[in-house]
Order: sequence, then structure tokens, then C-alpha cells
Amino acid sequence: MARTISYREAINEALTQEMERDSSVIVMGEDNAGGAGGSGEQDAWGGVLGVTKGLYHKFPGRVLDTPISESAFIGAAIGAATRGQRPVAELMFIDFMGVCFDQIFNQAAKFRYMFGGKAVTPVVIRTMYGAGLNAAAQHSQSLYPLFTHIPGLKVVLPSNAYEAKGLMTQAVRDDDPVIFCEHKALYDTTADVPEDSYTIPFGEANVVRDGEDVTIVALGRMVHVAEEAAGELATSGISADVLDLRTTSPLDDETILESVASTGRLVVVDESNPRCNVATDVSALVAREAFSSLRAPIEMVTAPHTPVPFSDALEPLYIPDAQRVVNAVKTVMGGQNA
Amino acid sequence: MTDTLPTPVPGGLDAQRLREAYRTMRTIRAFEERLHEEFASGDIPGFVHLYAGEEASATGVCMHLDDRDSIASTHRGHGHCIAKGVDVKAMMAEIYGRRTGACQGKGGSMHIADLSKGMLGANGIVGGGPPLICGTALASKQQNTGGVGVAFFGDGASNQGTTLESLNLASVWGLPAIFVAENNGFAEATASAWSVAADNIADRAAGFGIPGVIVDGFDFFAVHEAAGEAIERARGGGGPTLIEVKFTRYYGHFEGDQQSYRLDEVKQARETVDCLKAFRSRVTGTGLLDEAGLESIDGEVFALIDAAVAEAKQAPRPTRSDLETDVYVSY
Repeated sequence: MARTISYREAINEALTQEMERDSSVIVMGEDNAGGAGGSGEQDAWGGVLGVTKGLYHKFPGRVLDTPISESAFIGAAIGAATRGQRPVAELMFIDFMGVCFDQIFNQAAKFRYMFGGKAVTPVVIRTMYGAGLNAAAQHSQSLYPLFTHIPGLKVVLPSNAYEAKGLMTQAVRDDDPVIFCEHKALYDTTADVPEDSYTIPFGEANVVRDGEDVTIVALGRMVHVAEEAAGELATSGISADVLDLRTTSPLDDETILESVASTGRLVVVDESNPRCNVATDVSALVAREAFSSLRAPIEMVTAPHTPVPFSDALEPLYIPDAQRVVNAVKTVMGGQNA
Repeated sequence: MTDTLPTPVPGGLDAQRLREAYRTMRTIRAFEERLHEEFASGDIPGFVHLYAGEEASATGVCMHLDDRDSIASTHRGHGHCIAKGVDVKAMMAEIYGRRTGACQGKGGSMHIADLSKGMLGANGIVGGGPPLICGTALASKQQNTGGVGVAFFGDGASNQGTTLESLNLASVWGLPAIFVAENNGFAEATASAWSVAADNIADRAAGFGIPGVIVDGFDFFAVHEAAGEAIERARGGGGPTLIEVKFTRYYGHFEGDQQSYRLDEVKQARETVDCLKAFRSRVTGTGLLDEAGLESIDGEVFALIDAAVAEAKQAPRPTRSDLETDVYVSY
């Protein structure tokens, strides 16, 4: 039975159902309950944005508040994963990865290969990314390309509440380390979400809109921007195939290439900075594998090569919007049908 | 029973356990000294960091541990691996980069691991291990196994944020974790007397509200006793301990290091405080073990190391088909 719930509630529900199903699932992070050691309410926050609210009382001893000490507790989540737990650790903002990156890319990501295939590290690191809340340069980045680059990690970017529940359930059950990137501007968005538990497999892009003239590849919040653009383009008679990548590692090469083989045109929409990002990666894939299908040069719509600005006059200029996507599509259409 | 009563022994160890301790320390020493020779011959790829001189630390701590317990190690990890029960032949094959190695030749000296033994790997990152041990200790606590986690790290890592954060987290969470700071006097070529801004690494324990203990790292019995107390306390829910083990490494930071940064302390240590010599003198002097018995262990150990090297040199190398396997469980 589906009903409308928010992205935040969908993630909470996936965690609740997985914690009920599997007693090895534990949750940890800064203020994941909130109120530890204080004179007031325990479970005061449920994480800085309330995603884990309520789990503390439902699952005694399995929701652990941590000091602000990311290297130690992200490393602890990874270590616990090697010894039979399935930890879901919250690293509040993806921007804070810098203080604990070693534990993720030199430890968790490498154990399986470096130890000859004998390690299993089923850890999920939840983190909030993206611009749009005037949180400025150290709380707004889209750093998922960094993790996508690293063999051994899986990188997940749910675009709406339905996706968030299914992908989180898969992440908890997955036996590899998963970086689960939640867009901070999506937490209050809603969608129809089944009450029952379900998984969405990694590495299978979702065709959110069928079209014939151009392929628009997007991820995370940019899926909504791409859909808005596609709606506007439809009024000018241009039909866009819109793909939600869902995961950047693994990447669904096949669906991207099939779509481009059919449309002959590609626009990639990626909120991250433009050098060595998902847009360049997907563009390189298509240029290499489907060059003969292309009827126009590829266009990329990304953030500029700058930190995220604070001012509410500047931030909207930084974030890719539907108008820029429309313009890029019109460029690849070369004036045809435009 | 007609046997004579057992003689009281240091640390409550009977003759059998003392033989085990000696065998472990001798195996580590022989393994490292053989690697020192083999590395010079150019057959070993990469670089190796030898644990010779420090045997009493890994052995004295790990004798208290079993398969419930996990350890994290350092780039100087061969001794910890041997003391935690990792197969010596698989270790040697790994160091030679062979497919029969502990990590199928994909890890090498700095990453030997055997998770089935609770050995979470040597670690190429200075300070990489302590956070992981907070995790394994947490898992023991969640699962009520009575297990502990032991993080071995060096004086260099004692200055890393990861180590200090882990001491704090372990204390805050009351984890069954033991932090063993192996202070061998030098982090690479920099003296700990200069780089550690305190008289002792163990003094820092006070800042985290946990016990800190200083031990003579050449004295197996001292390490064994201090580790025993800390591990017993941790198993009983008494939280973490920081143990600083002080000694000298017998070789350079890595093989090939000319060690111009230090004078004659190695020669002096080898002659006067060596852990194997001290152990032998103590156990034979009190009549617990005899020289002949220890020499027979030496012979067995040397034969094992000879066989490990010979087998490693003959073992197959990984092939192209191994290059891209085992990155993920599934992808």
C-alpha cells in the first residue's frame, strides 16, 4: 500500500524496517539521537535534519551518538562492519569527508582487494550533499565524484522519496561499502512510497521519461531539473529521454548507450564542479562507445569551477537550472525542431 | 598423580605457555632476520619494515587473545601477524607477491591480513588502525562476545588525530579496546623524544580518563602482565587502556635505510636488553625450561622459515586474470 511520504521519512522507514529485520544493523553519528549526556530529552534531534528521529527509542542500544570525531566513528563503523555488524553511519555533510577520508578510501574501499578477497565490509555512510540552502562553501558541495573515482566504493544518489527507500534498503543489505548521498534540498519533497520493504538494485538507471530526440542524463536533485526542462522542451516539440542514474558506481553504461544510440544526442546534468565529474565521465563513455551514434557534440550542464557561493543572489546562478538544460538541449538540436 | 608440582612461573605461565611465547618471539625474529637477508638479494618487491627487537610486545599482548579478539597493526606488522596466528608460509608468500600469499599477492608486506584470525591487517597508513579497532570493540560489545580489540601503533601514530580521536571515542563509549603504543624511538628518521610533546605517550591517557601504563618493551613478562591486566579489565566492561611499550627497533625504518640519524643504541640493545636473550636467561635461570628445549624450538623455527622462503620462491605469481577480481563482493 503506497502513501505519500517525504524523502526524510522514506529513509527513516527503510532504516526502521532493516533494523527490525536484522539485529546486526546499527546506526551511529553526531546527534543521530541527540541529547546524549544532557539534562533534557534523549532522541532530541534524530540527526541534524531529523532523518533518524525515533530510532533511538525503538531500538535500544543500537543508535549511537558520537563525539564530533569523524575519523574515529567512521572508522569504527568500518571496523564493526568487518566483525559482523551492518553499521549505517551518518557523516552530517559530505563536505566533512575531508576530515575522515582516509578511513573511507584507504581502509573500507581497499579491504576486499588488498586482503585477497577475504574481507566483507557492509558499511553504509549516509551523507548530505548539494547546494540550495545558502549553506555556503563548506556545507553545500556535491562531492560524489570523489567517491565514484575510488574502486571498492558504491555511490548512491536517490532522486526522490520512492528511490530513497528502495536504495537505502539495498544499501543496508549490500555487502560492499556504500556512500549514500542525500540531497539536502530533497528532504521535504514527497512521493508515493509503498509501506512494505523493497529494494532498488544498484547499477540500473531509471528511465523517468521516454523521448526520441535527446538523452538527458541526470542524478540526484538534477533529475527534477532535467524533468522540468523536458516538460518545457515538449512544448516546443522536442522529446527528451530522461535517465536517473541512481548510482554513479556502479554506472549503468548499457542504458545510457542504448538511449544515445536511439536519440543521437546527449546532455548530462550534474550539480558537481565540472572537472572530472559524473558529466565528464558519462560524456567520455558516450564519446568512446557511441561516437558513431552522435549527431551533435555532447553538452554538459554543471556547476562552475568555483566553491559554492553564499549570497542568495549568487547561489541560484551556481546551481544548474532547467533553463540551462533547455538551452543545452537546443544547442545539441542545432536549431532542428527548436 | 606422581608428577612433581609445577614450579611457580612468571605471569602464571606454565612451561607449555612459555615455550609458546618463546616460539612466537623466535619465529618473529627469524622471519625478520631472514627477510633482511632476502631483501638485500633483491628478490622481494616493494619495501619491508622489520619488527626485530620488538617481539616481546606483539607476543606479550597477543598471548592473551583468541579468535573473539581482533587486532589492527601497522606498516611494521609482521610480528603482530605471527603473534595473532597468521600462517607464516602464507605471510612469506604474500611478501614475495605470490598467489598463494595471505592476500593472494594483492596486499604485500604492509597489508598482510587474516580476518578469520581477527587480524585486521598491517596498515600502510600511520594511525589507520585505531578507529577500526573502536569498531571491532564495538562489535564485540554489541554481540556480547567478551572479545576485545587491540590497536598496535607506533610513536609516530601517537601524534595522529585518528589515534587521539579513537582514544576519546573508546573512552566515551566504554569500549573493550586496548591501545598499544609501540615507542621504538623513531618515527621514520624523527626521534619520538622530539616529536611527542609529552614525557611519555602513556601520559596522554589521563587526558582521556583512561589508565595509561608504561612498560619495558624488551621484557616479555612485563608486557604480558600489563596487557593481561588491561585485557581482563576490558573484557569485564572496564573500558580501554593505553599501554606504551618502549624499546628500540633493530633495523631501519625500512630495509635500505642507512640510519644515519642514530648512533649505537641498536648494538647496545642487542647485547644488553634483547628480549629473546632476557627471556632465555629468565626461564632457564629459574629452571622452568632448559637450553636444549629452547634450541630445539630454534631448530624447528629455522626449518619453518627455510621452508617458507623456499616455497614462496617457487609459488605461482598472480596472473592477469587476478587483476580485476575481488574489488567488490558484487558489482
